[in-house]
Amino acid sequence: MAEVELQEAVVKPREKMFSKKNMRVLKEPLMDNNPITFQVLGICSTLAVTVQVRTALVMSLAVMFVVTLSNVAVSLLRKYIPSKIRIIVELAVIATLVILVDQILKAYLFDISKQLSVFVGLIITNCIIMGRAEAFALQNSPWPSFLDGLGNALGYGWILMTISTFRELLGSGSFFGLHIIPHSWYAAGYENMGLMVLAPGAFILLGLLVWVQRTLTKTVHE
Amino acid sequence: MHSDAYTFRFAAIVTIICSVLLAGAATLLKPRQVENQKLDMRKNILIAVHIKPEQGRSFSRKQINKLFAKYIREYVVNREGQTVKGIHPDNLNPEKEKNLFPLYKKIDNGKVTAYIIPVSGKGLWSTIYGYLALKPDCNTIEGITFYRSGETPGLGAEISKKWFSDNFIGKKILDKEGKLVSITVIKGKVADKCTPEEALHSVDGVSGATLTGRGVTRFLKSELEKYEPFFKKVRVNQGGA
Repeated sequence: MAEVELQEAVVKPREKMFSKKNMRVLKEPLMDNNPITFQVLGICSTLAVTVQVRTALVMSLAVMFVVTLSNVAVSLLRKYIPSKIRIIVELAVIATLVILVDQILKAYLFDISKQLSVFVGLIITNCIIMGRAEAFALQNSPWPSFLDGLGNALGYGWILMTISTFRELLGSGSFFGLHIIPHSWYAAGYENMGLMVLAPGAFILLGLLVWVQRTLTKTVHE
Repeated sequence: MHSDAYTFRFAAIVTIICSVLLAGAATLLKPRQVENQKLDMRKNILIAVHIKPEQGRSFSRKQINKLFAKYIREYVVNREGQTVKGIHPDNLNPEKEKNLFPLYKKIDNGKVTAYIIPVSGKGLWSTIYGYLALKPDCNTIEGITFYRSGETPGLGAEISKKWFSDNFIGKKILDKEGKLVSITVIKGKVADKCTPEEALHSVDGVSGATLTGRGVTRFLKSELEKYEPFFKKVRVNQGGA
């Protein structure tokens, strides 16, 4: 909060860049309008890649790359895109970016790209990205669109990181692949929770997160 | 409202830009991707014969190549079981040369301690790739890895987990009469379902992945059949010696 106000004070003369409106665009998807816990989008990948923190982090970064750049690209083109084919154009932009990410991962992070397998390709179908292009980037200029993409990616990312931290810790007793639960615990009868490694564990955690989030923000869907 | 001609022109331009970008990226990154795949294959050959990275190291690029050069020798064999000279396994094109197969030997102090063959075939959704290592008797399984598949994560993709591949260790591919029976991935647990004789040739299946298991059973058999003439020769030579 304090940091935000500070930045506002500094750039006040030029207004725009970090104006209150722009900051709201960036912050809202983190909590009040979170793409996962509030809009309930992108659930498939949330369940699939959160067994380990490492894969969840790479997935979050990949989504961040795609959603910010696709938002900026769509926003730059927004006045030229013929409305009849706008969804196809959005998809072409998104698909191109996703394939780029996939190719780069295969070349530089081979093991992780193997673990993420089809899910990198499936970023194309992640409703969050399409949704942001359609709902925000088509109506707004590039800078707010960039912030909107970043905000949504961060909103997506922190949920993934939270769920994967719990799942890896409870399910495999490790964090970022490092074993954390001491061996003496296992000797004393502690066991890893197998449920956490499977999809239902992610569902339960996600449900709890949605509950906590809605209690905090006091929003209710009827 | 934009005219139809504009719409077509716009679509064409977007398509061209996207394809140029992707083609460029694919061409630039290709050599590295190919190298990664080769390293991954080498790593899995090492894993199939239980070679671990040196103390305190992980399987880095350098480690893989070093250990591979130290322990593994590469050969090509044909359907008659003869070793073919002058061809490197990496240069084999399985589409063109249906009668030549790559074979790897693990050498320890000048002695062959395992034969490793690539195994691949259809699972439920995808082609599964792996390596199968046999002990020098060409009957007992030394180890197996499945390193690439597009099976359902959590179900069929479990075959790449350690518990599943550990299942295979010590199983026999020949029956009492010396006939090739290969290994069957059964539905359920071997301990509950098999007679002691069957248990030698069966492994636990993954629950919820019966069809993937069936695929594995099928392609293991067909791959082993390809190499059977070669293994027969090795067995005969050992019997004579």
